[in-house]
Amino acid sequence: MKTKLLALALGTAALATVNTSASAATLDDVKAKGFMQCGVSTGVPGFAFTDDAGDWQGFDPALCRAVAAAIFGDPKAVKFTPTTGKTRFTALASGEVDMLARNTTETFSRDVDLKFTFAPVNYYDGQGFMVRKSLGVTSALNLDGATICIQTGTTTELNLADYFRANNMKYEPVPIETNAEAQEKYLANACDVYTTDASGLAATRAAFEKPDDHVLLPEIISKEPLAPLSRHGDDQWADIIKWTLNALINAEELGVTAANADDMKANSKLPAVRRLLGAEGDFGTKLGLGNDWSINAIKAGGNYGEIFEKYIGPKTAIGLERGLNRLWNKGGILYAAPLR
Amino acid sequence: MNWPVAAIEYPLDVFQRILQNGPHMTIANDFSGEVEPFRLSMLINDKRYRSYTLQIITIALFMLAVGWLVSNVVANFAERGKTFSFAFLWEPASYDINQRLIEYTSRSPHWLAAVVGILNTLVLAFLGCIAATIFGVAIGVMRLSKNWLVSRLMTVYIEGFRNVPVLLWILLASTAFSAMLPAPRQAPVLAGGFVPTNRGFYVPAPVWENGSGILVVVFLASLVGAWLFGRWAKTKQAATGEILPVFWIRLAIIVLPVILFYFLLGRPIGLSLPELKGFNFQGGGFVRNSFMALWIALSLYTAAFIAENVRSGIQAISKGQTEASYSLGLPPNRTMNLVILPQALRIIIPPLISQYLNLTKNSSLAIAVGYMDVTGTLGGITLNQTGREMETLLLLMLFYLVVSLLISGVMNVYNSSVAIKER
Repeated sequence: MKTKLLALALGTAALATVNTSASAATLDDVKAKGFMQCGVSTGVPGFAFTDDAGDWQGFDPALCRAVAAAIFGDPKAVKFTPTTGKTRFTALASGEVDMLARNTTETFSRDVDLKFTFAPVNYYDGQGFMVRKSLGVTSALNLDGATICIQTGTTTELNLADYFRANNMKYEPVPIETNAEAQEKYLANACDVYTTDASGLAATRAAFEKPDDHVLLPEIISKEPLAPLSRHGDDQWADIIKWTLNALINAEELGVTAANADDMKANSKLPAVRRLLGAEGDFGTKLGLGNDWSINAIKAGGNYGEIFEKYIGPKTAIGLERGLNRLWNKGGILYAAPLR
Repeated sequence: MNWPVAAIEYPLDVFQRILQNGPHMTIANDFSGEVEPFRLSMLINDKRYRSYTLQIITIALFMLAVGWLVSNVVANFAERGKTFSFAFLWEPASYDINQRLIEYTSRSPHWLAAVVGILNTLVLAFLGCIAATIFGVAIGVMRLSKNWLVSRLMTVYIEGFRNVPVLLWILLASTAFSAMLPAPRQAPVLAGGFVPTNRGFYVPAPVWENGSGILVVVFLASLVGAWLFGRWAKTKQAATGEILPVFWIRLAIIVLPVILFYFLLGRPIGLSLPELKGFNFQGGGFVRNSFMALWIALSLYTAAFIAENVRSGIQAISKGQTEASYSLGLPPNRTMNLVILPQALRIIIPPLISQYLNLTKNSSLAIAVGYMDVTGTLGGITLNQTGREMETLLLLMLFYLVVSLLISGVMNVYNSSVAIKER
């Protein structure tokens, strides 16, 4: 009797599951919903923040808006979900968000083991240290015995352990959930050092009352290629994110901006520009989008360089140099595959 | 013929049938008369079958629900290409933990990180339960005080703590420590080498040198001595009625030999004092603010509940007991210790068990202030770095289940030892 019941239960359950597992075609889901869901960080000045009207702005949300514009022609068709270092992967894997655009480092285990697909890198970063000037520390190698604030659940936690072990130094880790908490602890002097990606440190320092009282140490102890990501197993969706980003970078390379995109599409004779803006070829249709996908993405917030300058570049309060993130032909390593 | 005695009361027709069929026929069959053929509608209409029907339907629905959940998880795991395996526990954890009671480095495996977290949870829960009991009993008794101010203050305390979520108390305590205490470089060294800083409290720590083993043996021996003395004093009181100052004599038995041997052996236990070196104080012991904040907040919060248990336990003892005790000439403190409390304990302990369980489970809020308990290590960093949500969460639930069952098991044994003995 019992075994029969069990078999019955399992059988019905197997039927029931068909409805509950997420369907594979993210693009269809997104189109059906009418908006895309994008996971961003809980707040890093310049990279992701809410403006006075409560809308998400910044380097990372700008990419979400470009993708939304590529799909719907409307950069506002995005719903943002703030995620912490701990919650971001669960949010993406469970389908709560369709893509993550938040300072997330591409690593082997996240790609292969956690089953995510990374788009090309949109910010080349590395882990740095910030200390008070008054401590007189000039190198990370002087940090033996220091108390260090660190965001838990990030790659920086692992790099830190490796770096101090390799240099035979001791430290006292203070695990923190979000950037805001870390900032508060650091400013209260509850930790001597704050470590995270150098871009995040610069951004955080820029928001301090007296940024000049704090210095970033010269050592960069890791490679942190930050890239947007989506779930494994949906190549079409991954392609849309990948080529939207490539389009933004190629646009900078070809001199296409938000302001001149329409004009260039009508008048440019360069084949590369014509392909990029959809005047030639049917790249958009092949992606499952309209042929104006790329021009919409570029018009959403400008090309890669424009987005960089607007939110985190040298003229903003964040004041980050392009550095490694210059185009390949301008001394950087930003090198997008061509549309062809 | 061997007639059943009860046969006398049988109705006539049954009696006749027994005569026809002989005495060995079973009585039950006789009463039901003709065996009624089973019809399907009887499953609902017949009282004899109805409860079985309902039970079987309920269990079938329950198993359907469980089966649906399990197969849903399996299907979704398969779809994402995830496997179910505990092999990750043996890979290097690669992260550091600040408070560790056992040897652990970033090269140790994940399971050891989990053990470090478990020990941190247990230390917090153990010290928290002790502090909560002490505060709770004191506050509960004070709440019944005849002193108007004291009893009102305790009411305010109890209502204040009981009605605000414990997470807020934890965050408040943590913020208070990091905002109000000085940074290490500005921190004053208080008497006895105690240094409060916004990172934690540095305290002098004992250094065990040669001969300290003997001292420990002496200490243990004096504990036994004190216990033996207590028994002897009790028998003497029972026999002669003479009451000795047991507390002071016991204290002397415990303390004096240890001090004597400490100097005889040439001071084998030294003190390591914290000293400012580089970024922080070095040497001595270090109690982190995260631990202090949790410990204080959890024990004060739980103490408010325990205080109410104690108050209700004491008030449940009839006033006649107190009056009887007074009329026998017992002073109020002895009345409380010898008459009221032993009876009140029977009422206090069962709810006390659930307060202990609450405190232990509430300790999983530790990550809010960066205390590395098992939720922070296994359920936090390990989960995040390996992406094994299902496995780590199952292990975590198993851990809290086992600990809770152990605590209630131990407390139940204690409860039955103080419970009223029916003879």
